Amino acid sequence: MLHSAKPCEIQTGGFCFENTRRNAVLESSLSESGYKAPGARKTGTTIAGIVFKDGVILGADTRATDDMVVADKNCVKIHFIAPNIYCCGAGVAADADVTTQIMSSNVELHMLNTGRPALVTMVTRQLKQMLFRYQGQIGASLIVGGVDVTGPQLYSVYPHGSYDKLPFLTMGSGAAAAVSVFEDRFKPNMELEEAKQLVREAITAGIFCDLGSGSNVDLCVITEAGVEMLRGYDKPATKGKREGQYRYKPGTTAVLTKTVTPFPLVVVDESVQIMDTE
Amino acid sequence: MNTRGLRSQLKDSVPVAGLCPQGAYGVQDSLRSGFTSVKNELLPSHPLELSEKNFMLNQDKMNFSSLRNIQGLHAPLKLQMEYRAARQIQRLPFLQSSNLALDTLRGNDESIGFEDILNDPTQSEMMGEPHMMVEYKLGLM
Repeated sequence: MLHSAKPCEIQTGGFCFENTRRNAVLESSLSESGYKAPGARKTGTTIAGIVFKDGVILGADTRATDDMVVADKNCVKIHFIAPNIYCCGAGVAADADVTTQIMSSNVELHMLNTGRPALVTMVTRQLKQMLFRYQGQIGASLIVGGVDVTGPQLYSVYPHGSYDKLPFLTMGSGAAAAVSVFEDRFKPNMELEEAKQLVREAITAGIFCDLGSGSNVDLCVITEAGVEMLRGYDKPATKGKREGQYRYKPGTTAVLTKTVTPFPLVVVDESVQIMDTE
Repeated sequence: MNTRGLRSQLKDSVPVAGLCPQGAYGVQDSLRSGFTSVKNELLPSHPLELSEKNFMLNQDKMNFSSLRNIQGLHAPLKLQMEYRAARQIQRLPFLQSSNLALDTLRGNDESIGFEDILNDPTQSEMMGEPHMMVEYKLGLM
Protein backbone atom coordinates (compact mmCIF):
# COMPACT_ATOMS: atom_id res chain seq x y z
CA MET A 1 0.00 0.00 0.00
CA LEU A 2 1.50 3.29 -0.97
CA HIS A 3 1.94 5.19 2.25
CA SER A 4 1.18 8.70 1.16
CA ALA A 5 1.60 9.96 4.69
CA LYS A 6 5.27 9.04 4.51
CA PRO A 7 6.41 11.99 2.33
CA CYS A 8 5.04 14.32 4.95
CA GLU A 9 7.40 12.95 7.58
CA ILE A 10 11.09 13.72 7.58
CA GLN A 11 12.86 11.18 5.39
CA THR A 12 16.07 9.64 6.61
CA GLY A 13 18.49 7.42 4.78
CA GLY A 14 19.57 3.97 5.83
CA PHE A 15 17.73 0.68 5.80
CA CYS A 16 14.10 0.55 4.79
CA PHE A 17 11.95 -2.25 6.19
CA GLU A 18 8.87 -1.70 4.06
CA ASN A 19 9.14 -4.91 2.12
CA THR A 20 9.85 -7.36 4.94
CA ARG A 21 6.24 -8.40 5.31
CA ARG A 22 5.81 -8.85 1.60
CA ASN A 23 9.01 -10.92 1.47
CA ALA A 24 7.87 -13.12 4.34
CA VAL A 25 4.56 -13.79 2.57
CA LEU A 26 6.37 -14.49 -0.72
CA GLU A 27 8.77 -16.90 0.93
CA SER A 28 6.02 -18.85 2.65
CA SER A 29 3.99 -19.10 -0.55
CA LEU A 30 7.08 -20.16 -2.52
CA SER A 31 8.02 -22.83 -0.03
CA GLU A 32 4.48 -24.22 -0.27
CA SER A 33 5.01 -24.82 -3.99
CA GLY A 34 8.42 -26.29 -3.29
CA TYR A 35 10.64 -23.47 -4.56
CA LYS A 36 13.32 -21.82 -2.49
CA ALA A 37 13.70 -18.06 -2.31
CA PRO A 38 17.03 -16.77 -3.73
CA GLY A 39 19.62 -16.50 -0.99
CA ALA A 40 22.54 -14.15 -0.54
CA ARG A 41 25.83 -15.30 -2.00
CA LYS A 42 28.16 -16.45 0.77
CA THR A 43 31.88 -16.68 0.39
CA GLY A 44 32.18 -20.11 2.04
CA THR A 45 35.69 -19.27 2.91
CA THR A 46 38.92 -20.06 4.57
CA ILE A 47 40.64 -16.98 5.90
CA ALA A 48 43.58 -16.98 8.27
CA GLY A 49 46.07 -14.63 9.85
CA ILE A 50 49.19 -14.92 11.95
CA VAL A 51 51.53 -12.58 13.74
CA PHE A 52 55.17 -13.24 12.96
CA LYS A 53 58.42 -11.57 13.97
CA ASP A 54 58.16 -8.40 11.87
CA GLY A 55 54.43 -8.11 11.30
CA VAL A 56 51.26 -9.82 10.22
CA ILE A 57 50.43 -12.21 7.38
CA LEU A 58 46.83 -12.57 6.17
CA GLY A 59 45.77 -15.40 3.89
CA ALA A 60 42.55 -16.30 2.08
CA ASP A 61 41.23 -18.64 -0.57
CA THR A 62 39.44 -17.28 -3.65
CA ARG A 63 36.17 -19.15 -4.08
CA ALA A 64 32.72 -17.56 -3.72
CA THR A 65 29.78 -19.98 -3.52
CA ASP A 66 26.08 -19.52 -4.13
CA ASP A 67 24.58 -22.40 -2.15
CA MET A 68 26.07 -25.42 -3.94
CA VAL A 69 27.36 -23.61 -7.03
CA VAL A 70 30.69 -21.84 -7.37
CA ALA A 71 29.77 -18.28 -8.24
CA ASP A 72 33.26 -16.81 -8.56
CA LYS A 73 36.44 -18.83 -9.04
CA ASN A 74 38.82 -15.99 -8.33
CA CYS A 75 37.39 -13.38 -5.99
CA VAL A 76 39.39 -11.11 -3.71
CA LYS A 77 38.81 -11.59 -0.03
CA ILE A 78 41.61 -9.44 1.37
CA HIS A 79 40.39 -5.85 1.47
CA PHE A 80 42.25 -2.61 1.97
CA ILE A 81 41.36 -0.58 5.04
CA ALA A 82 44.37 1.67 5.59
CA PRO A 83 47.93 1.66 4.17
CA ASN A 84 49.02 -0.40 7.16
CA ILE A 85 45.80 -2.33 7.89
CA TYR A 86 44.15 -5.00 5.76
CA CYS A 87 41.06 -7.07 6.42
CA CYS A 88 39.90 -10.53 5.28
CA GLY A 89 36.16 -11.04 4.99
CA ALA A 90 34.08 -14.19 5.27
CA GLY A 91 30.34 -14.78 5.40
CA VAL A 92 27.93 -13.06 3.04
CA ALA A 93 30.09 -11.62 0.25
CA ALA A 94 28.21 -8.33 -0.22
CA ASP A 95 28.09 -7.64 3.51
CA ALA A 96 31.82 -8.21 3.90
CA ASP A 97 32.59 -6.00 0.88
CA VAL A 98 30.40 -3.09 1.89
CA THR A 99 31.44 -3.29 5.54
CA THR A 100 35.11 -3.13 4.67
CA GLN A 101 34.52 -0.25 2.27
CA ILE A 102 32.64 1.71 4.92
CA MET A 103 35.42 0.99 7.42
CA SER A 104 38.04 2.14 4.95
CA SER A 105 36.22 5.44 4.39
CA ASN A 106 35.72 5.98 8.11
CA VAL A 107 39.37 5.29 8.81
CA GLU A 108 40.44 7.80 6.18
CA LEU A 109 38.12 10.45 7.65
CA HIS A 110 39.42 9.69 11.12
CA MET A 111 43.04 9.99 9.97
CA LEU A 112 42.32 13.35 8.33
CA ASN A 113 40.55 14.49 11.46
CA THR A 114 43.14 13.49 14.03
CA GLY A 115 46.20 13.82 11.82
CA ARG A 116 47.55 10.47 13.03
CA PRO A 117 47.94 7.09 11.30
CA ALA A 118 45.23 4.58 12.03
CA LEU A 119 45.36 2.04 14.83
CA VAL A 120 44.12 -1.51 14.37
CA THR A 121 42.13 -1.25 17.61
CA MET A 122 40.25 1.71 16.18
CA VAL A 123 39.15 -0.31 13.16
CA THR A 124 38.13 -3.23 15.37
CA ARG A 125 36.14 -1.02 17.67
CA GLN A 126 34.22 0.66 14.88
CA LEU A 127 33.55 -2.71 13.28
CA LYS A 128 32.23 -4.33 16.41
CA GLN A 129 30.05 -1.36 17.27
CA MET A 130 28.52 -1.37 13.81
CA LEU A 131 27.99 -5.15 13.71
CA PHE A 132 26.43 -5.14 17.17
CA ARG A 133 24.09 -2.37 16.16
CA TYR A 134 22.70 -4.61 13.41
CA GLN A 135 22.48 -7.65 15.71
CA GLY A 136 24.14 -10.10 13.36
CA GLN A 137 21.86 -9.34 10.40
CA ILE A 138 24.96 -8.19 8.57
CA GLY A 139 26.63 -11.55 8.06
CA ALA A 140 30.26 -10.52 7.85
CA SER A 141 33.03 -12.30 9.81
CA LEU A 142 36.26 -10.41 9.48
CA ILE A 143 39.92 -10.81 10.39
CA VAL A 144 41.60 -7.42 10.80
CA GLY A 145 45.37 -7.34 10.80
CA GLY A 146 47.91 -4.56 10.66
CA VAL A 147 51.05 -2.96 11.98
CA ASP A 148 50.72 0.35 13.79
CA VAL A 149 52.69 2.29 16.38
CA THR A 150 51.90 -0.29 19.06
CA GLY A 151 53.19 -3.18 16.96
CA PRO A 152 51.68 -5.94 14.83
CA GLN A 153 48.16 -6.95 15.83
CA LEU A 154 45.49 -9.39 14.69
CA TYR A 155 41.80 -9.26 15.59
CA SER A 156 38.83 -11.31 14.50
CA VAL A 157 35.32 -9.85 14.56
CA TYR A 158 32.22 -12.07 14.46
CA PRO A 159 28.89 -11.08 12.84
CA HIS A 160 27.21 -10.37 16.16
CA GLY A 161 29.95 -8.03 17.31
CA SER A 162 32.31 -10.07 19.49
CA TYR A 163 36.01 -9.94 18.85
CA ASP A 164 39.20 -11.84 19.75
CA LYS A 165 42.80 -10.76 19.85
CA LEU A 166 45.12 -13.69 19.22
CA PRO A 167 48.48 -14.49 17.60
CA PHE A 168 46.79 -16.70 14.99
CA LEU A 169 43.19 -16.75 13.79
CA THR A 170 41.07 -18.50 11.21
CA MET A 171 37.49 -17.92 10.12
CA GLY A 172 34.99 -19.11 7.58
CA SER A 173 33.68 -22.55 6.75
CA GLY A 174 37.22 -23.92 6.39
CA ALA A 175 38.34 -22.50 9.71
CA ALA A 176 38.54 -25.86 11.43
CA ALA A 177 40.84 -27.31 8.78
CA ALA A 178 43.10 -24.25 8.78
CA VAL A 179 43.29 -23.85 12.53
CA SER A 180 44.38 -27.46 12.91
CA VAL A 181 47.48 -26.66 10.84
CA PHE A 182 48.15 -23.58 12.96
CA GLU A 183 47.68 -25.43 16.22
CA ASP A 184 50.18 -28.01 15.08
CA ARG A 185 52.98 -25.85 13.69
CA PHE A 186 52.64 -22.29 14.99
CA LYS A 187 55.56 -20.82 16.93
CA PRO A 188 55.81 -17.24 18.21
CA ASN A 189 58.27 -14.93 16.37
CA MET A 190 58.64 -16.96 13.19
CA GLU A 191 60.69 -15.76 10.23
CA LEU A 192 59.01 -14.37 7.13
CA GLU A 193 59.43 -17.36 4.80
CA GLU A 194 58.48 -19.87 7.46
CA ALA A 195 55.37 -17.87 8.32
CA LYS A 196 54.36 -17.56 4.66
CA GLN A 197 54.66 -21.31 4.20
CA LEU A 198 52.60 -21.95 7.30
CA VAL A 199 49.74 -19.70 6.18
CA ARG A 200 49.88 -21.23 2.71
CA GLU A 201 49.57 -24.70 4.20
CA ALA A 202 46.70 -23.66 6.43
CA ILE A 203 44.71 -22.19 3.53
CA THR A 204 45.53 -25.22 1.38
CA ALA A 205 44.14 -27.45 4.14
CA GLY A 206 40.96 -25.39 3.99
CA ILE A 207 40.84 -25.62 0.18
CA PHE A 208 41.13 -29.40 0.14
CA CYS A 209 39.14 -30.28 3.23
CA ASP A 210 36.23 -27.84 2.88
CA LEU A 211 33.76 -27.76 0.01
CA GLY A 212 33.11 -24.07 0.34
CA SER A 213 36.74 -23.04 -0.22
CA GLY A 214 38.81 -23.56 -3.31
CA SER A 215 40.91 -22.16 -6.15
CA ASN A 216 43.99 -20.17 -5.21
CA VAL A 217 45.74 -18.94 -2.08
CA ASP A 218 46.10 -15.17 -1.65
CA LEU A 219 48.56 -13.79 0.86
CA CYS A 220 49.08 -10.33 2.26
CA VAL A 221 52.26 -9.57 4.20
CA ILE A 222 52.11 -6.43 6.35
CA THR A 223 55.27 -5.15 7.99
CA GLU A 224 56.42 -1.79 9.23
CA ALA A 225 58.18 -1.25 5.92
CA GLY A 226 54.99 -1.72 3.90
CA VAL A 227 52.48 -4.12 2.49
CA GLU A 228 53.10 -6.88 -0.03
CA MET A 229 49.95 -8.26 -1.64
CA LEU A 230 50.60 -11.70 -3.16
CA ARG A 231 47.57 -12.50 -5.25
CA GLY A 232 47.57 -16.08 -6.46
CA TYR A 233 50.56 -17.01 -4.35
CA ASP A 234 49.79 -20.67 -4.75
CA LYS A 235 47.43 -22.52 -7.07
CA PRO A 236 47.06 -26.00 -5.57
CA ALA A 237 43.85 -26.78 -7.39
CA THR A 238 44.94 -26.52 -11.03
CA LYS A 239 43.81 -29.32 -13.34
CA GLY A 240 46.42 -31.92 -14.12
CA LYS A 241 47.38 -32.92 -17.67
CA ARG A 242 45.52 -35.83 -19.20
CA GLU A 243 47.90 -38.73 -19.77
CA GLY A 244 45.94 -40.74 -22.34
CA GLN A 245 43.70 -40.03 -25.31
CA TYR A 246 40.16 -41.27 -24.91
CA ARG A 247 38.87 -40.47 -28.37
CA TYR A 248 38.15 -43.30 -30.80
CA LYS A 249 39.94 -43.16 -34.11
CA PRO A 250 37.63 -42.31 -37.07
CA GLY A 251 36.72 -45.61 -38.75
CA THR A 252 36.39 -47.63 -35.53
CA THR A 253 32.66 -48.08 -36.13
CA ALA A 254 31.48 -49.24 -39.58
CA VAL A 255 29.13 -46.83 -41.39
CA LEU A 256 26.01 -48.58 -42.77
CA THR A 257 24.03 -45.74 -44.41
CA LYS A 258 24.61 -42.03 -44.93
CA THR A 259 22.03 -39.32 -45.74
CA VAL A 260 23.06 -35.69 -46.38
CA THR A 261 20.50 -32.87 -46.02
CA PRO A 262 22.00 -29.45 -46.84
CA PHE A 263 20.76 -26.52 -44.72
CA PRO A 264 20.99 -23.18 -46.57
CA LEU A 265 22.21 -21.02 -43.69
CA VAL A 266 23.72 -17.54 -43.89
CA VAL A 267 26.19 -16.33 -41.27
CA VAL A 268 24.65 -13.12 -39.85
CA ASP A 269 26.85 -12.35 -36.85
CA GLU A 270 29.94 -14.00 -35.43
CA SER A 271 31.25 -13.34 -31.93
CA VAL A 272 33.89 -15.23 -29.99
CA GLN A 273 33.66 -15.52 -26.19
CA ILE A 274 36.59 -17.18 -24.48
CA MET A 275 35.58 -19.56 -21.71
CA ASP A 276 37.51 -19.42 -18.47
CA THR A 277 38.55 -23.02 -18.22
CA GLU A 278 41.25 -22.58 -15.57
CA MET B 1 18.91 13.90 34.13
CA ASN B 2 15.70 15.16 32.73
CA THR B 3 15.22 12.91 29.76
CA ARG B 4 11.52 13.37 29.64
CA GLY B 5 11.90 15.24 26.41
CA LEU B 6 13.84 12.45 24.78
CA ARG B 7 11.85 9.66 26.33
CA SER B 8 8.61 10.96 24.95
CA GLN B 9 10.07 10.80 21.49
CA LEU B 10 11.24 7.20 21.77
CA LYS B 11 8.90 4.97 19.88
CA ASP B 12 8.31 1.62 21.47
CA SER B 13 6.09 0.40 18.71
CA VAL B 14 5.34 1.04 15.12
CA PRO B 15 2.30 3.28 14.68
CA VAL B 16 -0.88 1.28 15.15
CA ALA B 17 -3.52 2.21 12.66
CA GLY B 18 -6.60 1.23 14.63
CA LEU B 19 -5.68 2.23 18.15
CA CYS B 20 -4.18 5.70 17.65
CA PRO B 21 -5.40 6.99 14.33
CA GLN B 22 -3.31 9.76 12.88
CA GLY B 23 -6.12 11.64 11.22
CA ALA B 24 -8.02 14.52 12.65
CA TYR B 25 -10.91 13.86 15.06
CA GLY B 26 -9.41 10.48 15.97
CA VAL B 27 -10.68 8.74 12.86
CA GLN B 28 -8.52 6.53 10.68
CA ASP B 29 -7.04 8.59 7.90
CA SER B 30 -7.67 6.15 5.04
CA LEU B 31 -6.55 8.62 2.42
CA ARG B 32 -3.01 8.76 3.78
CA SER B 33 -2.33 5.69 5.82
CA GLY B 34 -4.34 3.14 3.91
CA PHE B 35 -6.67 0.48 5.25
CA THR B 36 -6.36 -0.76 8.80
CA SER B 37 -5.04 -4.15 9.73
CA VAL B 38 -4.21 -4.75 13.36
CA LYS B 39 -1.94 -7.68 12.61
CA ASN B 40 -0.02 -5.61 10.12
CA GLU B 41 0.70 -2.70 12.36
CA LEU B 42 0.87 -4.11 15.85
CA LEU B 43 4.16 -5.97 15.62
CA PRO B 44 7.33 -4.87 13.87
CA SER B 45 8.01 -6.94 10.78
CA HIS B 46 11.77 -7.00 11.13
CA PRO B 47 13.78 -7.47 14.33
CA LEU B 48 15.81 -4.36 13.56
CA GLU B 49 12.94 -2.06 12.66
CA LEU B 50 12.36 -0.62 16.10
CA SER B 51 15.96 -0.41 17.14
CA GLU B 52 16.88 1.40 13.94
CA LYS B 53 14.00 3.83 14.33
CA ASN B 54 15.15 4.75 17.81
CA PHE B 55 18.86 4.53 17.23
CA MET B 56 19.66 8.24 16.99
CA LEU B 57 17.54 9.02 20.03
CA ASN B 58 19.15 6.29 22.10
CA GLN B 59 22.61 7.47 21.13
CA ASP B 60 21.75 11.03 22.12
CA LYS B 61 20.30 9.86 25.41
CA MET B 62 23.42 7.86 26.21
CA ASN B 63 25.73 10.70 25.26
CA PHE B 64 23.81 13.27 27.23
CA SER B 65 23.67 11.19 30.37
CA SER B 66 27.41 10.45 30.31
CA LEU B 67 28.07 14.12 29.60
CA ARG B 68 25.93 15.03 32.58
CA ASN B 69 27.88 12.66 34.78
CA ILE B 70 31.23 14.04 33.65
CA GLN B 71 30.64 17.76 33.34
CA GLY B 72 27.48 18.51 35.25
CA LEU B 73 23.97 19.41 34.27
CA HIS B 74 24.82 22.54 32.31
CA ALA B 75 26.61 20.67 29.53
CA PRO B 76 23.71 18.58 28.22
CA LEU B 77 21.30 21.45 28.71
CA LYS B 78 23.37 23.78 26.56
CA LEU B 79 23.87 21.10 23.94
CA GLN B 80 20.17 20.29 23.81
CA MET B 81 19.43 23.94 23.31
CA GLU B 82 21.81 23.98 20.36
CA TYR B 83 20.25 20.79 18.96
CA ARG B 84 16.82 22.33 19.17
CA ALA B 85 18.01 25.43 17.38
CA ALA B 86 19.78 23.42 14.69
CA ARG B 87 16.76 21.20 14.14
CA GLN B 88 14.67 24.21 13.25
CA ILE B 89 16.83 25.12 10.28
CA GLN B 90 14.82 23.50 7.53
CA ARG B 91 13.74 24.25 4.03
CA LEU B 92 10.23 24.30 2.58
CA PRO B 93 8.15 21.25 3.51
CA PHE B 94 8.71 19.24 0.37
CA LEU B 95 12.42 19.99 -0.03
CA GLN B 96 15.07 17.87 1.64
CA SER B 97 17.36 19.75 4.00
CA SER B 98 20.98 18.76 4.40
CA ASN B 99 20.80 19.20 8.18
CA LEU B 100 24.38 20.37 8.15
CA ALA B 101 24.31 22.10 11.52
CA LEU B 102 22.64 19.14 13.21
CA ASP B 103 25.10 16.70 11.66
CA THR B 104 28.04 18.79 12.77
CA LEU B 105 26.75 18.93 16.33
CA ARG B 106 26.23 15.19 16.42
CA GLY B 107 29.56 14.42 14.80
CA ASN B 108 27.94 12.66 11.84
CA ASP B 109 29.86 14.81 9.38
CA GLU B 110 33.03 12.86 10.20
CA SER B 111 31.77 9.36 9.64
CA ILE B 112 30.06 7.36 6.92
CA GLY B 113 27.38 4.84 7.68
CA PHE B 114 24.51 3.13 5.94
CA GLU B 115 22.40 6.29 6.32
CA ASP B 116 24.65 8.00 3.81
CA ILE B 117 24.84 5.19 1.29
CA LEU B 118 21.43 3.54 1.24
CA ASN B 119 18.12 5.21 0.56
CA ASP B 120 19.48 8.71 0.16
CA PRO B 121 16.46 11.03 0.59
CA THR B 122 17.92 13.52 -1.91
CA GLN B 123 17.76 10.81 -4.55
CA SER B 124 14.42 9.22 -3.76
CA GLU B 125 12.27 8.33 -6.76
CA MET B 126 9.09 9.70 -5.24
CA MET B 127 8.52 13.36 -4.73
CA GLY B 128 5.84 14.57 -2.39
CA GLU B 129 3.21 16.86 -3.77
CA PRO B 130 4.16 20.37 -2.66
CA HIS B 131 0.59 21.59 -2.13
CA MET B 132 -0.45 18.59 -0.09
CA MET B 133 2.64 18.71 2.05
CA VAL B 134 2.34 22.40 2.82
CA GLU B 135 -1.31 21.94 3.77
CA TYR B 136 -0.37 19.00 5.97
CA LYS B 137 2.36 21.04 7.63
CA LEU B 138 0.04 23.93 8.33
CA GLY B 139 -2.62 21.60 9.64
CA LEU B 140 -5.18 22.58 7.06
CA MET B 141 -5.68 19.06 5.81
